[in-house]
Formats: sequence, structure tokens, C-alpha cells
Amino acid sequence: MEENVWSAEDTTPSAIEAALRELLSEQHLRGRAYAPARVLNLIVVVDREWKGEIENRLERVGRYHPSRTILCAVEPGRGAIDAWVTMRVEGDPRPGELALCRERIVLDLGEHQLERLDTVVDALVVPDIATLVWSPHGHPEAIDAVRRLAQVVLVDSVNEPDPRAAVGRARDLSGDAYVVDLAWLRSTPWRERVAATFDPSPWREELGRISSVTVRHHPPSQVAGLLFFGWLCSRLGWRPGALVGRNGSLAGKASGRRGDVGLALEPDERMSVPGLAGITVETASGMSIALDRGPGGLRARRVTRKGQESAWTVLGASRGEAGILGEGIRQALLRDPAYRPALACAEAMLG
Amino acid sequence: MATLTEENPLVEGLERLPVHPTTLVIFGATGDLAKRKLLPAIYNLAHEGALPERFNLIGISRSDIPHDDYREMARESITEFSRRAADEQVLSKLLERMRYVPGTFDDDSVYEQLEREAKGFDEEAGIVFNRVFYLSTAPSFFPVIVGKLGEHGLDRMQAADVRVVIEKPIGTNLAEAQELNRQVLSVLDESQVFRIDHYLGKETVQNMLAFRFANGLFEPIWSRNFIEYVQITAAEDIGIGTRAGYYDQSGALRDLVQNHMLQLLTLLCMEPPVNFSADEVRDEKVKVLHAIHPPEPEEVSNMTARAQYGPGMSGGEQVAGYLQEEGVADGSRTETYAALRLEVDNWRWAGVPIYLRTGKRLARKVTEIAVTLRPVPHLAFKAQGSVGVQPNQIVLTMQPNEGVSISLGAKIPGSRMRIRPVNMEFLYGTAFLSESPEAYERLIMDAMRGDATLFTRDDEVEAQWRIVDPILQGWSQQDGPLPQYPAGSEGPEEASSLLEPGQRWRAV
Repeated sequence: MEENVWSAEDTTPSAIEAALRELLSEQHLRGRAYAPARVLNLIVVVDREWKGEIENRLERVGRYHPSRTILCAVEPGRGAIDAWVTMRVEGDPRPGELALCRERIVLDLGEHQLERLDTVVDALVVPDIATLVWSPHGHPEAIDAVRRLAQVVLVDSVNEPDPRAAVGRARDLSGDAYVVDLAWLRSTPWRERVAATFDPSPWREELGRISSVTVRHHPPSQVAGLLFFGWLCSRLGWRPGALVGRNGSLAGKASGRRGDVGLALEPDERMSVPGLAGITVETASGMSIALDRGPGGLRARRVTRKGQESAWTVLGASRGEAGILGEGIRQALLRDPAYRPALACAEAMLG
Repeated sequence: MATLTEENPLVEGLERLPVHPTTLVIFGATGDLAKRKLLPAIYNLAHEGALPERFNLIGISRSDIPHDDYREMARESITEFSRRAADEQVLSKLLERMRYVPGTFDDDSVYEQLEREAKGFDEEAGIVFNRVFYLSTAPSFFPVIVGKLGEHGLDRMQAADVRVVIEKPIGTNLAEAQELNRQVLSVLDESQVFRIDHYLGKETVQNMLAFRFANGLFEPIWSRNFIEYVQITAAEDIGIGTRAGYYDQSGALRDLVQNHMLQLLTLLCMEPPVNFSADEVRDEKVKVLHAIHPPEPEEVSNMTARAQYGPGMSGGEQVAGYLQEEGVADGSRTETYAALRLEVDNWRWAGVPIYLRTGKRLARKVTEIAVTLRPVPHLAFKAQGSVGVQPNQIVLTMQPNEGVSISLGAKIPGSRMRIRPVNMEFLYGTAFLSESPEAYERLIMDAMRGDATLFTRDDEVEAQWRIVDPILQGWSQQDGPLPQYPAGSEGPEEASSLLEPGQRWRAV
């Protein structure tokens, strides 16, 4: 791996943009094998004291590195913009092979610049490719400022302590941008497995007879469970009812075509990472499926209508938080039509 | 197997669609392909959570080893050849689902034990698993295994689907391919047979369909009216390595042209399918093959060229010629280089030469399709010395740098109107975040899912052989040593004789 770096204090976006062009030109002169990646811009807004932690998280996203990352580190009271531009070449290309260049721009800037952050980053994004914005430490004004530049907003709804505020914010953002919610992505393996359970014919017929769904979750990840319920409601045509709190849990009902479906969200204190810990789905005819985290995948337990029990492991490696973030970046290039309807139902359940 | 006509409402938006629980049976489970490709591919699918929610694997091979030794061999293969580091927990759980049946493929007791093991999985789970039999064996065993599956009633099930995956080569000539198809289809329906051509599992080969049918830019010029000629190249810089036993019997024509290169040709020339279902796509590909005029015996020498690599320099090292390679028969006349000139005689392509060439120990490893457009009808600034004007070329590269480039004439800066060709390049590696899955991962999943789009149908294989067979027959009637080309070169000079005046092979 090879890096070329440019830096300046008290600089301007146009000077940074000129430096980027110069670094690219230098790289190109060194050989045609050096090709700039042109997939995705990522604008990240962070508190300066946590800049290193976020940089580390971005380092660990594996192959899902954005092409150009613009990391805006916010420092209260700062006036001028300091900048570091790094052009990184991956690998050592052999003749005939390609080496990808990725660019990272780190800006130290002040809070007062966030409301017009678009005027800072506009010159720095690669035009005509997707732009994703992520602000893990709040700063909603920064996201609002760059919404005209960014087609995709990355959020993690489990980071917002109040589920109602988290869902409301995601709904607001999804009005004019595509929202990639890490809380939603954490539920993907669970949604895939529930969909697979009800795919064969004897089980598909049971979809209309689901009588209760219980979701166990990392205590601060209640919103991930709400999104899971929202998904079931929106896909199965259930009318969501309000969930009410009970000893740290949330419980309520949704109205299905053949009757009510009991819904319960239960925090699992043993769970140490964000996301879901387990799911149990029961049907009126006595069938049930339970999925729980286990070594090497999800531990599945199934009971048929005749009371036959079976248990097995659905194979799959944990993606970890770095994997989830990488998946979030990848999803910026895709479109999941199931998220917005699920979000709307989740909002309805919160009353 | 009972199927529901109504869509599963829960799959909307999911990238991975449900696949019915499956027991995969690998014949030749200790062989090179299983160790290097199949087991690592299965592990990677498990790692990503892409396997069916319930999955078992039964390995069958001659080695008389217990289940645990087979699991240990699988562990070592996966650890060595997987494209990602193995997660110990996932790997252990996957190995738990593996069984091993020792024996020869013509031994009835093997199939009896196979049935017991497979039924044991069914009974343990309380469901009936689909069966996928993967024949990773020498081709001579294909009819033996399929026949035994039929004799033992393993070819069909009432409550589940049974599919058979067959590796190439499907015969070594048309008659053998027809006979093999006849034997296989005397037991199975064509819908159960998945003939693998792993080239079709490569993302970049599939991207040809996207390139052609998702871009309005190219369709208007994709015909004899605008295209002068096409060159399809599959060049390798390596020699035959340790594959002399296979290669000396096969040669370049059978090894790459009959299958991979004709696949590329059909994808390039096919008409847009009505939809992307397996049979619609394959119908269009077969039409292209039917439109190719196989050479008459007297045409073979004018339409083809073949050669062997001699000693030379490759990668800065002196390397042996083909005849000096270990395991190659003395005086072997097996070609390591083959070039063909074909034409697709239909409304779209009539009169457009399509050149195919493949060879070992060439200057560089590259697989590409170069489409050369007709020159502009009139060059207004010719008088000003614009000798650099070249016909436009569209180059689709499969490897090593997957992408598309278009050559354009551009003005050289200065006061005169002088032109030189420049490239407008698109590289897949710069435009997508995810790395391509291994071809075998995609193909194993498709076989489990029952999607045959990327597999070769019986009539397709036979149509391929109808083109290649006369060439093999023509070559067999020629005497004398084959032309030689130095290792590390562009190939034999004889290949130039296939081209029309003014045409030239692209540099390898």
C-alpha cells in the first residue's frame, strides 16, 4: 500500500480541490495502472475528539471502502479549515493489472460551518456518482445542509436513545433522500430466515395464521425490533396497533386478516452488541419457529403442527459492527423497497 | 415437489431469496476440483449465510476413509483455498453436516449407503431435502453414475427436486456428446441436468448481457452494417503445468474453444431474449450456434490455424516447449494454440468475420472480445496528414482487468488537424464496491435454486460440437509436425493468414 499526502492549514475548498487534481495527475503520470475508484462519495461528520475512532471504523469496512471519503471533524470554537488529503493506492500492480486509488480528505472545521457545510464539500465530491452522508455524533444541521448533494443518508437508529425520535428522524430524512439504516441492516439475516421458514408450502399457508411474534434484542436496540415488526406488518398487511411499555418491554397487537397478532419486544441483558438477539414466531395452529444467536450462525428450533420438534444451525458468520457499516456503505448503491413501509408501520406502533 | 403459485410476500427487497433445504452430494469428493473449488465455494456460501437454511453434504470417492478424515480433508482444503479466512465456528458447524461414503462409482453398495445417509438427514430434520448430485469426476463416469442413480431410484423424488450437475467436458466429439446426452436423458429430464461451464458463472461474462441489453447506446450499431470484424481472444501466459495427461488428449480447441469461447461468441451475437429465463436465453444462444456454418473438410485449412509452443522466454525466464513438457507424448500433435475464422450467417451478422484464438504460453494472460467498427466513409481532413485515424474498437475485457474500452480518434493538440487513437475506459474494479464471488459459488447456488440460465443445455452442447467436430476431423487428416511459436510470443504467424487484407490481430 502506498500513500501520497497533501495538507494545509487555514485553507479553502478550492485549494483542496486543486490539490486533489494535482495528486491524481501525479498518480496518473506514474502509470496507467493507477485508476481512481469512482463508486461512491462518503461525507462523514464527526466530533473531532472521536475522529480517530471513526477513522478506525472506516478502515475496517474491508472491501466496501468508499472511493472518496470527506471526513469533517467538528471542533467547537474553531474558525479556519485545516485539511489533509491522502491518496492511497491499494496493492502493487503487476504488469497488466490495475491498482485502485482511493482519496480521503480530512477537514478540521468549526461548528459555525455546519449549517452551510454544502459550500465546503460541494467542490470536493466527485460529480455524477452516488454521495452518502453519515453523521454518527448528531449534527443534524450538517445533514440538512448537504441533503441537496447527497442522495443517500446513513443513519443508525439504535444510536438515538428515544425510539420515537429515531423513527421520526428516519421518516423525515426518507422524504427526500434514500435512507440506509444500520438498525434495519442488522435485522437482514433474521428477515431472510423468517422468509425462508415460510417459503415451503406447508409453512406458507401458516403466514395468515401467525398469532404472536416475540423479538429479543440488545437493550438499546429496541428500534431494530420495531423495524422488524414494521416489516412483518407492511409485508403481511397487518394493521399495526400501539405498543405499550411493560417492565422495560414493549407489547401490543397488530390486526391481521384472520385475527390479532401479539407482538412483544423484550430486552436481552446478556446481549452485548447492537441488534437482535432472538425471534419467536407462533401460529394459531401450533407451529412455531425460534431463532437465536449461536456459534456459527443462528440456532433454529421449529415445532410443527403435530408437535414434532427439530433444531439446527442456520450457517452464517457474524458480520460484526465493521461488517454492518460496510454493508451500510454497499447498500447506498442499492434500493430496498421494504424499508420505508416498515418504517411507517414502526412509527404507527409508537403511537 | 408441490409449489405455491402465490409469491412469498416476505421476500420483497431481500437480496438472498429462500432456497429449499438441500443435500448436496459430490461424486469425486476428494479430487482436485472438490478441494480447490467446490468445498471452498460451499464454505464461502455458508459464511455469507447464503446456503439453504438447512444444508447437508455427502462426499463420495474411492478413498476408504471415515467421516472424520473426510471432514479433516475438507477443513484443510477450505483453509487453504477459500477466498476469505475461515471462521472457525461456521466451519465447524458446516463440517458437522458432512458425511462421507467410500467406494467406486459402479458399486451398488455406494448408492445404497448414499440413500441411507440422505434419508437419515431427511428423518433427522423431519423434512425431505432436495438432492443435488455434483459429478466432479472423469467424464467416463458420468453415464455410470447417472445410470446407478436411476437403478437405485435416486433420480426422482415425490416430495423434493433432484438435480444433477455435470462438469465439462461433455464428450470429446459430437458423437460422444450425443451419446452422453442420450445416456443421461434416458434417466433424467433435461430440466434436472445442469451442465457446468464455469465461464458462465463469472460476473464479467454475465456482464456482457448487461452491456448488450441494458444500454441503448450499442444496439443500433450491433450488426453487419457497422461492425467490420470481431476478435475473441483467450490467451494464457502459462504452459500446461501438471495437466499433460489431460491436455495432450484434449488440446486447445476442445479445452477452450468448444465451450468457453463459443459461449462468449453466442453472448456477443445473440438476439435480445424475451426475458431472462433459462430457456429463453438458451434458445437465443442456440440460434446463433445454428447460424454458424461448420467448415467443410476442404475449408478447414483456410478457416483455422493451429500450433504448438516451442521453447522461449516467459516472464524473463527460459521455458520449455510443449514437446519437452513432462508427460507429453513424444511427437505429440496436440495443438496448444488454435485460431478460427467463423461467420454467423443470419440477418444481423452475415459477412462479419468472427475470429477466435486461444493459446498457452502467449505473451500475456488476457480474455477479451474486440469489436472493430467499419471505418468512417469519408475523411475530410485526410489531406492534412491525419494518418493516425483508425476504425473505432469496442473491447470487452473479461480478465485480468474486467471492463469496457472504446477507442476514439482524437485531435493531437497543435495547429494541424492530426489525429491519434485514444481510449475511453471503464473498469469494473473502479465502479463497484463488492468483489465478485467465485464462479462456482454462483453456479452451485443456481443449481440448488434450480435456475439453469448459466448452464449449458443438451442441444447447445451438441451445436457447439457440430462446429468443432469438422475441424478436429480436418486436422486429423493433416500430416507433419505442427507449426511452432516461441513461448512468450504473440502466437504463430500462420494465424495471420485467416485475416482479411487490412485486418490484424490485436496485440496479446
